[in-house]
Amino acid sequence: MSRLPGGGRIDRARPVRFTFNGTSYRGFAGDTLASALLANDVRVVGTSLTYARPRGIFSAGIEEPNAVVQIGQEPMLRATQVELVDGLDAIGLSGKGRVSAEPDTGHFDKVYAHCEVLVVGGGRAGLTAALAAGQSGDRVLLVDEQAELGGRLLSAGWDDWLSATISQLGSMPDVRLFTRSTAFGFYDQNLVLIAQRIADGGRLWQVRARQVVLATGAHERPLIFSNNDRPGVMLAGAARTYINRYGVAPGTRAVIFTNNDSTQAVPADLVRAGISVEAVVDVRAGEAIVDTRASSASPSGGGQGGGALHSVVIAPRTGDGPHREVECDLLCVSGGFNPAVHLFSQAQGRLRYDDGLACFVPDGSIPGVDVVGAASGDLGGRGQGAIMPYWVISGNGTDWSTHFVDLERDVTVADVRRATGAGMRSVEHVKRFTTIGTGSDQGKTAGINESAIVATQLGQPVGAVGVTTFRPPYVPVSFALMAGRNQGSLFDPIRTTSIHPWHVARGAVFENVGQWKRPWYYPRHDEDMDAAVLRECHAARENVAVMDASTLGKVEIKGPDALEFLNRMYTNAFDTLKVGFCRYGLMCKADGMVFDDGVVMHLGDDRWLATTTTGGAAAVLDWMEEWLQTEWPELRVHLTSVTDHWADVAVVGPRSREVVRTLFPQLALDPESFPFMAIREGETGGIPVRLHRITFSGELAYELWTPSWYGLALWEAVIAAGEPLGITPYGTQTMHVLRAEKGYIICGQETDGTVTPQDLGMGWIVSKKKAFVGQRSHRRSDTARSDRKQLVGLLPVDGDQLLPEGAQLVLQADRSSGVTMIGHVTSSYRSAALGRSFALAMVRSGRERFGSTIYAPLNGHVVAAVVTEPIFYDKENARRDS
Amino acid sequence: MLIPCPWCGDREDVEFKYGGAAQITYPQDPDTIDDATWARYIFFRPNPKGRMAERWVHSAGCRRWFTLIRDTVTHEITPSADPGGQ
Repeated sequence: MSRLPGGGRIDRARPVRFTFNGTSYRGFAGDTLASALLANDVRVVGTSLTYARPRGIFSAGIEEPNAVVQIGQEPMLRATQVELVDGLDAIGLSGKGRVSAEPDTGHFDKVYAHCEVLVVGGGRAGLTAALAAGQSGDRVLLVDEQAELGGRLLSAGWDDWLSATISQLGSMPDVRLFTRSTAFGFYDQNLVLIAQRIADGGRLWQVRARQVVLATGAHERPLIFSNNDRPGVMLAGAARTYINRYGVAPGTRAVIFTNNDSTQAVPADLVRAGISVEAVVDVRAGEAIVDTRASSASPSGGGQGGGALHSVVIAPRTGDGPHREVECDLLCVSGGFNPAVHLFSQAQGRLRYDDGLACFVPDGSIPGVDVVGAASGDLGGRGQGAIMPYWVISGNGTDWSTHFVDLERDVTVADVRRATGAGMRSVEHVKRFTTIGTGSDQGKTAGINESAIVATQLGQPVGAVGVTTFRPPYVPVSFALMAGRNQGSLFDPIRTTSIHPWHVARGAVFENVGQWKRPWYYPRHDEDMDAAVLRECHAARENVAVMDASTLGKVEIKGPDALEFLNRMYTNAFDTLKVGFCRYGLMCKADGMVFDDGVVMHLGDDRWLATTTTGGAAAVLDWMEEWLQTEWPELRVHLTSVTDHWADVAVVGPRSREVVRTLFPQLALDPESFPFMAIREGETGGIPVRLHRITFSGELAYELWTPSWYGLALWEAVIAAGEPLGITPYGTQTMHVLRAEKGYIICGQETDGTVTPQDLGMGWIVSKKKAFVGQRSHRRSDTARSDRKQLVGLLPVDGDQLLPEGAQLVLQADRSSGVTMIGHVTSSYRSAALGRSFALAMVRSGRERFGSTIYAPLNGHVVAAVVTEPIFYDKENARRDS
Repeated sequence: MLIPCPWCGDREDVEFKYGGAAQITYPQDPDTIDDATWARYIFFRPNPKGRMAERWVHSAGCRRWFTLIRDTVTHEITPSADPGGQ
């Protein structure tokens, strides 16, 4: 056991049992998994990613590149960050983990907060800043990634100052102190994202602060030499932390290797922990460690002679002269400190290389952000003092394949030299070529060394080479935390109509249309989709059927200039549309391409209502508002979304009039009294209903609108009235088939933002008498071409063949000499009415090809189809107008 | 990113939709201009590095369109002198 008899901040009255790689151990409350493993003399935690070399605990904090473990579902946790709890079961990883496919069972939430001052980092600088801000009465939030506030002070004997300061902060009502909370992302206008670990989950804090104080400290960096990755090689500051904070001796015989003054405090701590100091190697004194060796007695150490530390080889810094070997099991390394400038850099702060400090520090300030303490380049607290930049210590001069730069990614100096040798000059390129800094530790111990090695290779100053860009997140953040409660049914709002419960009870299969759940079809017994749709189509064409059309977008347009507004928005004119009637309308974008369509209803003198496609409702309203507000502010028009206000029950089929007559016996329904495209007001069983003779199927049909809260009652009344006739509910798939048989387009299915009304053969709806949005574009040379893709019908020669939607179309069946694609299938269905399959397609010069055969090359076979007019059923509209 | 709606104050960017460059004037008389001039209005937009006049609409709020000046490098936003104008 390496647990010291006393000392440290662990709670020796609270022993904790845990398991590592299946073996049971004991630690104490206050331990990390790393300190507890060291206390149990577990020196090898895992193996490295590429070379399978044994790896131990390298640091005592967030920068840990080696000791990564899996706990339950969570991979790639740093043993140095994992708090020891009873029953903890960890497995050491080989440089990578596997994300669980199972849902995360933890509880995750999002919290939004505002404060005047957000302090990131609870070390000496951060606590001091929080105290000052708290005394001014500001709302202060201080966050720190560790389980205890104090940062470096926890390892340095500042217990009295710490407890006094924390208790003073605790007495301030507007100061909040968060531990286990890592600020990982800095976004525009001082928005900081913070991952807070709580028992069985976490909270994602999104904090907007007037002032952010970055007291993020500094990370010690290693020196690089041959075989610098062995278990037993440890950052010097980490060794002190294990001794002072956790009461653990991380070795028995130590060598110190340094280039700066910070290691002056190390020997005393080592000795107090009963560790002998075998040598202090200081590059400033002309010596360096050039290699390390594993015990020949130790078991196989992975690739290239890995294995736990047994001795170091010391030589003159120049490489010439006598070498000596010193036995040790702990090598405390310090290459100086890197201020943790990650968040400052994310906040668009600039960095500069400081030659005296041999590190990158903030260059200038950014509004609303203060950098204090070690993060600002004040390394006095670390005791760095005089430093001699010393980046690479050569072992034998030529072989750089065991000089590890990035321990987590197993990248060596040889890899960096290969990158610069191949001509790379940018650290960003070297990073991507070598993968330095791309591990889950984001290269916290590797990044600056990479820059320095590249600079050395290129003969440039480190500052000229620079560092790779720091991007969020500063630490790995789980998807579960980012998702919070936005999962399952809360992932995206689900919109349902007032009639939805009936559809569910009837076993409807639903499809998503935007955020709406729409009945797709209503299978009976064990019907499949094809059978159900054929049955539903047959009912609509031969009898009577009913569909919930409530999801249609609806915009009410009011005001004295509403007519003028509609005339400018739609391609067709509404001057002649009398109150009490509707008209189909088509809308283009300014580039002349079809945007959306719907029915415009004239409800009163200055009152109109336009329907939109289900998915296009919000976009159409935005589009209308844009023109109204930005181009035509003189028009006195108000727009209101009423999509959710109305339920819409479409009663469809040759016997629909009988159903409507049962419900509205007082209304005259004959074609002369209530013609196609007319609107009537009615009431049935106390339900107010607006009746429209609109059809999207080509059949005689009525759309019955009622305020949404009557929707289900109206639907049930329709079902009851239609029951003697065998009324059939149908879904969106049948709706699609019926409209396609009639050649009615669906915006977004036949059109894709590159299709004009003329391409669709809908020139009849484009007014020549008035100006509208997109009109000028229809005269552009490209838009007016005659060989554009045009809407056509397709009848597969084999009526059982169903063309896949999206299938490309060509002129020749023989593909041997290469083919030109002339179009694609936009809609394709089996038709009950036609007794065969059919399709709609956009085909180049399509209207010139009626009667000709074109081909759809599919996987392994070619389907021939005859080009037809894009209408297959009741061309004379006799059924619609009946 | 916080966007200052002239009517509602600072709101999160998720409440807004972007309307592209401002100060793109609809041609006075589209019928008399040539295709190239019309195409320039339809398709050509500035893409500066730095300050840019932009249109936004507060879709999930007051639904009003407005103009602001955003620095495309720093995201610094300055209100437009005439937020309701072009």
